[in-house]
Amino acid sequence: MAKIVVVTSGKGGVGKTTSSAAIGTGLAAAGHRTAVVDFDVGLRNLDLIMGCERRVVYDFVNVINREATLNQALIRDKRMEGLYILAASQTRDKEALTIEGVERVLTELSADFDYIICDSPAGIEHGAMMAMHFADEAIVVTNPEVSSVRDSDRVLGILSSKTRRAANGEAPVREHLLLTRYSPARVERGEMLSIEDVGEILAIDLLGVIPESQAVLNASNAGIPVILDEGSDAGQAYRDAVARFLGEQRPHRFLQAEKKGLFGRLFGG
Amino acid sequence: MMTLTVLRLLNPSVEVLARELDKRVLEAPDFFRHLPVILDVEAVASSDLYLDLPGLAGLLQARQFVPVGIRGGDERWVEAAASAGLAVFPVDRESAAGRRAPAEAEPEQPRQAAMVVSQPVRSGQQVYARGGDLVILASVSPGAEVLADGHVHVYGTLNGRALAGVRGDSEARIFCQCFRAELVSIAGTYGINEQFDDNLVGRSVQVSLHSESLRIERL
Repeated sequence: MAKIVVVTSGKGGVGKTTSSAAIGTGLAAAGHRTAVVDFDVGLRNLDLIMGCERRVVYDFVNVINREATLNQALIRDKRMEGLYILAASQTRDKEALTIEGVERVLTELSADFDYIICDSPAGIEHGAMMAMHFADEAIVVTNPEVSSVRDSDRVLGILSSKTRRAANGEAPVREHLLLTRYSPARVERGEMLSIEDVGEILAIDLLGVIPESQAVLNASNAGIPVILDEGSDAGQAYRDAVARFLGEQRPHRFLQAEKKGLFGRLFGG
Repeated sequence: MMTLTVLRLLNPSVEVLARELDKRVLEAPDFFRHLPVILDVEAVASSDLYLDLPGLAGLLQARQFVPVGIRGGDERWVEAAASAGLAVFPVDRESAAGRRAPAEAEPEQPRQAAMVVSQPVRSGQQVYARGGDLVILASVSPGAEVLADGHVHVYGTLNGRALAGVRGDSEARIFCQCFRAELVSIAGTYGINEQFDDNLVGRSVQVSLHSESLRIERL
């Protein structure tokens, strides 16, 4: 049985899809068969971030509507063994995701995979509810600013009350916080919430802190998950996060502002 | 035996009533939803408000109250009530009112054991302890709301709204370990964040009601 992991946030643009791609790739790199499913029907992005947009023939909605089999729709990642992508449909809307359909697809995937990463759309409407409904674990992606934190808080409330586990009275969905776009320099200047501020409000286990990095944008544009950019701070931070997700203890890195040298100070940066 | 909420009309103006109701409903929307009420018209019996009784009932229904009858007033009121499909309850013997109340009226509740919540109350969530105290062992997030008929205790940080004595118990209090509330209210008297003394923010405090005004003190 696969573990179903939803990557969610409430707020848009915080890095859900980037994180889904990175974590999915990281889990596959660690030897786990992993499927990443794009729930953002109508605003399909995951395929771009993972660089397989030209190979999408059938999508998630086709499988739900039984217009294609799962094997036809799953796209095998070219870089990573054991990594598969199920793209969203760009021409449909979220209502195409029926609860029975989603359950059937996830059950079918469960038989074949170790991890299923559900990349949630923004918001708390139908698409987001479908993405989180069957989750065993949740990675809540949050930026260090007040509106993102409040939206994440709202999503955590929904995770504990509206998911299948909550409805069946099972053990609650395990929640992890992934703090993205963290800029230690701006935290020092008081322009951004610190890890402690965010932790105080959300009060869940911190999976990782991803620093604000040019590497993320470069990776998205190139269609290569940033975790594969081993030299970058963001790539290394995602590696750490995946290792922690798999139970390893690792200290958090990239939390201090870099000290600028003389040239840095002279020429800014 | 049933308990029914009595809404005492003190001012014959429909506008005033509408405004007051809206204010109350905003404070505790869940509590008032589908709440059966009796209109006590004793104080406005001499006015000609009886002519607009159907309008009054409509006003209540629009706010999701369930008006079941009136209390007080002369034959004109009785007649108006009959044609508006409302029951007429005798003024003094409230027990008699109970017997004739419809079946959907809520049963009288003895004071209940405290409701204990150990999970954080997240933004957008609402927790209501009907008939008793509410004890929250975690934090209440901004945008969350905790309500109780009795006291409210918060052992984490109170960032959201806390309302104690929502059914009118003015002896109810709010206690919290770390006070950063957006709003506190006791028996309908409320204070908002902007009015709180800076020296109290972040402290452990209790909130109580003294002669219609809130008192917030450090513990």
